[in-house]
Amino acid sequence: MSSQASDQPALSTARPLPAVKAVRKSFSSPLGSLFVIVVTILWTIPTFGLLATSLRPQQQVADSGWWNVFAHPDLVLSNYHTVLFDGGFGVQGGLLPYLVNSLAITVPATVFPLVLAAMAAYALAWVRFRGSDTLFFLIFALQVVPLQMALIPLLQLFSGGAHLGRLTIIPKLDLSGTYAPVWLAHTMFALPLATFLLHNFISQLPRDLMEAAVVDGASHFKIFRSIVLPLCAPALASFAIFQFLWVWNDLLVALTFAGGTPEVAPMTVRLAQLTGSFGGHWEVLTAGAFLSIIIPLVVFFGLQRYFVRGLLAGSVKG
Amino acid sequence: MPVTSPLFADSAWNDAAIKLGNSFGAIAGFLGILLVVFFVAGRATGRLGRPLAIAVFLGPAVLLLLVGLVAPLVRTVYLSFRNDDSSRFLGFKNYGWALTTDSIHQVLLNTALWLVVAPVVATGLGLVLALLVDRMRWQSLYKSLIFMPMAISLVGASIIWKFVYDTRDSAQAQIGLLSQVAIWLGWRNPPNWILSHPLNNFLLMVVMVWVQTGFAMVVLSAAIKAIPDEVTEAARLDGASGLRLFWYVTVPMIRTTLVVVLTTVMIVTLKAFDIVRTMTGGNFGTQVLANEMYSQSFVQFNVGRGSALAVILFIAVLPLVGYNIVQLRKERATR
Repeated sequence: MSSQASDQPALSTARPLPAVKAVRKSFSSPLGSLFVIVVTILWTIPTFGLLATSLRPQQQVADSGWWNVFAHPDLVLSNYHTVLFDGGFGVQGGLLPYLVNSLAITVPATVFPLVLAAMAAYALAWVRFRGSDTLFFLIFALQVVPLQMALIPLLQLFSGGAHLGRLTIIPKLDLSGTYAPVWLAHTMFALPLATFLLHNFISQLPRDLMEAAVVDGASHFKIFRSIVLPLCAPALASFAIFQFLWVWNDLLVALTFAGGTPEVAPMTVRLAQLTGSFGGHWEVLTAGAFLSIIIPLVVFFGLQRYFVRGLLAGSVKG
Repeated sequence: MPVTSPLFADSAWNDAAIKLGNSFGAIAGFLGILLVVFFVAGRATGRLGRPLAIAVFLGPAVLLLLVGLVAPLVRTVYLSFRNDDSSRFLGFKNYGWALTTDSIHQVLLNTALWLVVAPVVATGLGLVLALLVDRMRWQSLYKSLIFMPMAISLVGASIIWKFVYDTRDSAQAQIGLLSQVAIWLGWRNPPNWILSHPLNNFLLMVVMVWVQTGFAMVVLSAAIKAIPDEVTEAARLDGASGLRLFWYVTVPMIRTTLVVVLTTVMIVTLKAFDIVRTMTGGNFGTQVLANEMYSQSFVQFNVGRGSALAVILFIAVLPLVGYNIVQLRKERATR
């Protein structure tokens, strides 16, 4: 967009008023600001209510709305203790094993697709070969395929292998009760978008730099390791955050490939179960929900800048 | 307080350590194999070098995509024409069932509503906020707070909103914020919002809008900032201002981004699954295609019917795929 604009004749007479300001000015009014403030408050209240409820004693939660916390600020941590370790209300075990599962699922399911997608993106951008454009389009198109399409066959594959007639293409793997199916599914589903976003970034590395490296006799492996990876660290970081949040927050993939057992199921699965089984016990549910969002929130607020930058690199271009 | 938490019992620590150990071991193994492959393949020179590089760099990704997405896609279409243990060919019977069953009509209608209303509202609201927020003081505070729900899982968000919509029939017991506000406003007996209210589908969509508006706002705000000053200035000299300036200059300049945002929001909206499952379990007329598909395939084991529903979902988003490819081709041609 910016290259188009520089072709236009410069307006030298009028004192250039920043365009952004001009558009905004037409929207500027105290009413506009008020609107933003109101939306911000509306957007924050539900989460605040969750936090407040999770910190109130059980009896008070049952008797009155969380806004009474301002009148009777008795805050306790016992709900968190209950939900983490006891489960409460006849529910066996606490959330702790599920919290560990969430971590054990999310970290590999972030690293695997990231590395594989970076490699694929590099090859598609800088190793010229016939069909590379078509391949790129195909991968790009897969991005929009609803992953619901793949669930049944993938589950069948993990449990029974793949056969063509009597010929076994992929043997039956005994993966049930392990994290492997969840890691694999997340990796597969993340590849199209990851490849697309990283390709946007990697293909814009300076051509001179790449050519100089080739002239110096560096192999693609060397270029990838010592030039591409360090230079696209910001893009890798932002995608890593995105994928981390995506996997941590996922329910459908986990439900399908991990089942509901404390051995492998993550927090989201357990929380969805709990919502069904004791909808009324808000003090426990809210504490559980807040536990499940605390790590993504820390990741989000800590790394917000990189996250936003990565989103923009992928979507504003063009 | 005496230490009673299982966390401090040895076995809990052991379990956690073993699980995390497996997980990090898998990463170490994966990176180790890659390092060895890179080392070995990097030695290859001459005519072998390039094909080997292509194979190593693209091989794993392409293989995983074939096994994980392409083949399943084909297989789902195949399964959708067969009976539940896929032993018999049924023709279009599963599709006929989907298109003639009343409860599925409701599901299809709900899905269409979700895919149109939630993305349009989230993107529209995001655009308005983007235009307003950038000239305000403490704008990054407002942006962060509106963007924050994006980090929350849809399950977490659903619990948060279930809590907002909560209603109790008895006079004094737990009551959600929405009912409380309704009472403050003089509504004696607020309805049981998500369980019976005729607008309950929209109340569920509020959760999706809550999660996604911030994303739309942040991306669109960046696109608006990228509009070159000269363009707006020229339009202003021609006498454009206010809404006309916005409609004839700003919107066309950010159209590409607008479409990208709308598409992305729509893709995420396909995950309405989580919200519906957590908030109503698909009851009270709120079922959507993804949940019906899941329940057909994994609860009732009607794999054929579930697959047919998956294919219908795919056909519904096919225009999106086509549009995106056309756009990308255009963009690449101009590069």
